[in-house]
Amino acid sequence: MEASKVIHAIYTDDDVLMHAVKKVKAAKHHIEEIYTPFPVHGLDKAMGLAPTRIAITAFMYGLVGLTVAITMMNFIMIEDWPQNIGGKPSFSYLENMPAFVPIMFELTVFFAAHLMVITFYLRSRMWPFKKAENPDSRTTDDHFLMEIPVHGNEEELASLLKDTGAVEVNLVDKAH
Amino acid sequence: MYTFSNKLKTFSIILMVLGLLGVGYGFMTSHKSFEEVETLLAEEAHHGGGHGEEAAHAAPSHDAHAADAHGEEAHAEVDEHAKHIEHVQHQIANRPWAALYVAAFFFMMIALGVLAFYAIQIASQAGWSPVLFRVMEGITAYLLPGAVIVLLIALASGTIGHYNLFIWMDPDVVAHDKLIQGKSSWLNITGFAIRGIIFIAGWVLYRHFSRKFSIAQDTAEDKSNFKKSFRISAAFLVFFIYTESMMSWDWIMSVDPHWFSTLFGWYVFASMFVSGITVIALIAIYLKSRGYLDFVNENHIHDVAKFMFAMSIFWTYLWFSQFMLIWYSNIPEEVTYFISRFNDYKLPFLGMVVLNFVFPILMLMNADYKRIPWFVVMTGLVILFGHYIDIFNMIMPATVGDRWFIGVPEIGSILLFAGLFIFVVFTALTKAPLLVKGYPFRKESEDFHY
Repeated sequence: MEASKVIHAIYTDDDVLMHAVKKVKAAKHHIEEIYTPFPVHGLDKAMGLAPTRIAITAFMYGLVGLTVAITMMNFIMIEDWPQNIGGKPSFSYLENMPAFVPIMFELTVFFAAHLMVITFYLRSRMWPFKKAENPDSRTTDDHFLMEIPVHGNEEELASLLKDTGAVEVNLVDKAH
Repeated sequence: MYTFSNKLKTFSIILMVLGLLGVGYGFMTSHKSFEEVETLLAEEAHHGGGHGEEAAHAAPSHDAHAADAHGEEAHAEVDEHAKHIEHVQHQIANRPWAALYVAAFFFMMIALGVLAFYAIQIASQAGWSPVLFRVMEGITAYLLPGAVIVLLIALASGTIGHYNLFIWMDPDVVAHDKLIQGKSSWLNITGFAIRGIIFIAGWVLYRHFSRKFSIAQDTAEDKSNFKKSFRISAAFLVFFIYTESMMSWDWIMSVDPHWFSTLFGWYVFASMFVSGITVIALIAIYLKSRGYLDFVNENHIHDVAKFMFAMSIFWTYLWFSQFMLIWYSNIPEEVTYFISRFNDYKLPFLGMVVLNFVFPILMLMNADYKRIPWFVVMTGLVILFGHYIDIFNMIMPATVGDRWFIGVPEIGSILLFAGLFIFVVFTALTKAPLLVKGYPFRKESEDFHY
């Protein structure tokens, strides 16, 4: 069940944030979300986030692109209308394959790149006119915000967060 | 300090002895007389071998000659028959030379590729690689003996041999060949020797001084040695790319003196670069497993494996660019190069693309696999084998034609130079501590993590 109340701890330094994350994890609190203005190296590891699988999807999209290229050119150049164009052998796909390689390569890259980007947008729910989900506008500039759900232990949590060097600790009611 | 284990030393000496025996056997069995080759071809014709047709038509004409048929036609056929046999006789005699040359060049190019990689690391002030510098310096110790051996084999084939590698060294061939005559201002033995000495001198000088500065930096108070080695590395890279290109024309492309290709130098470079990087990985993993390179962690291996992966693709890109441009335009004077390879060398020619491209791209694409030592070693061995086949494909079709095989002379030559390579490299590794001490990026490199 989603907690209706969360604590927002705000930091001004990424090193302090990293230490805070480790402390909060050690105290066995669940971190709901962290908002940072730029990528903080090692933050995902410290939070214990699962590694991304987007590279695997890109590999599979690449295979799709390769298949599309081969099927397309085999049908057009070899099966549908095998013309003699400048003496290039059009009897089988393999015989004329070197000429197709540039297209096979480009389509592999094209599919892998574009479909991976679209996958990224879908998975991270990004699209034009999407309403920004920013709890504090300073996190896009120079502040870091850690969001922790509260389960009736708000005082203990608040003091823990204060200890970690948070410049601000706010209790926020998320219920709308 | 590294100590050369007796086991490994004995192993390298055994390799050299076995290799010498194989090479000696190759030379002993390659001198076939005219009659021996004639019977050989006749036998092959009976078995329906590759030369079946020619030999079958040649055999009766020989009988006709014996039966005193003095007709013009018979004479022409006998000439043809004799020419064919002499051709095959020459190819058989070339085989141990070519086998020796391919293996010698292969191990030399590993050392040269590592030297180029080393210079790039210093000139680019790379922060991850300094912990591997001593390994690279050890490998490049093979450059001097290796390159001299390659040059000597090439020259010996044209002086004490019977022009077994480079037909343009044969004055008889040149006298009847307008094309080679036109190139003789470049392709002559004196020029070949002088250029070879200049190349080797330049590479070895850089190797000598960069090694000297590297060791001097260990105990130096300031960074002056580092600055010097930075400067000479930048200068060497300029020298290297010119001489490497010319070296590839001289030592490899000129085995086919009628053929030329503009990106050949780059292609040979890619092959030596990826082989060199692979050997860095293999030796680093070996030394680490023996406990000598504790400061090398899996992140360094990961980076080297990334280079293996990327350079394998780079090699394929150049290989394909050369092949596809020639295949596409199909100009007779260029395309014979690939026709002879495609007809007589189908398995090695296409097999090396699998070994050098398909295999590394699938094995080393995953970031986790690049951090597993045995995985890198396995892929590395396949890459090395693939690039041996690559050099094999460059030299053999011009020297032994369709009479190729990977048998005793080839394996013997590989063992001989592998033994020598291991011996020289691991001896050099014992000469200095395995970690550069005063190098400015040492700390960064030790802490490197990806």
